[in-house]
Amino acid sequence: MIRVQTEDFDQNQEYRLLIDGNQQDGAVVTFIGLVRDFNQGHDIKGMTLEYYPGMTEKALEKIEAEAKAKWPIGRVNIVHRVGDLSLGDQIVFVGVSSSHRKDAFAATQFIMDTLKTDAPFWKKEQTSKGERWVEAP
Amino acid sequence: MVQVLFFAQLKEQLGESEVAFSGAVPCSMAEVIEHLCAERPERQKYLKAKRLMMACNQDLVAKDHIVNDGDEVAFFPPVTGG
Repeated sequence: MIRVQTEDFDQNQEYRLLIDGNQQDGAVVTFIGLVRDFNQGHDIKGMTLEYYPGMTEKALEKIEAEAKAKWPIGRVNIVHRVGDLSLGDQIVFVGVSSSHRKDAFAATQFIMDTLKTDAPFWKKEQTSKGERWVEAP
Repeated sequence: MVQVLFFAQLKEQLGESEVAFSGAVPCSMAEVIEHLCAERPERQKYLKAKRLMMACNQDLVAKDHIVNDGDEVAFFPPVTGG
């Protein structure tokens, strides 16, 4: 399951999507990324997330498929927000269910790591000194 | 026709979000860059940046990828989501 949206998400609702009617999986790992107050030497007030409509969803679907090919996992739920976000706002949710915890941990880590290098999102931060595009590591 | 899209800071640096590619196809992504730079030399500084990422039909590709008529090509800086 992939969603790219401007609206906030509710952690419990996203979790329910992983477990409702799913009795074969005994493990769920979830990750949430937030807007933090300091980045690359700048005080952050908020940020705007740009994306590539169509390709972003396609890239996330590809990452989900890759994770499912690498590990015996059950459900995958990825939600990524775009548009204007404030300090402390939720940016991304990744949840994975599996029979055993090791696979869910590994797949969640893989999805986040790959999302950060392959999914077309770009952060523009509003700082105390004006706007700046976040530099990729 | 091949549509070329730009995103994020690249879009701001170039001052354009999309252009129609007028060169001959099929050709490589590298040739698309060469053509766009020949058309407007001020693009060179940004389209020849070391860490430029590129996509064809919404899949990440390398410079040797072949572009065909009707394809959607995109160039953008390294991604920073998550």
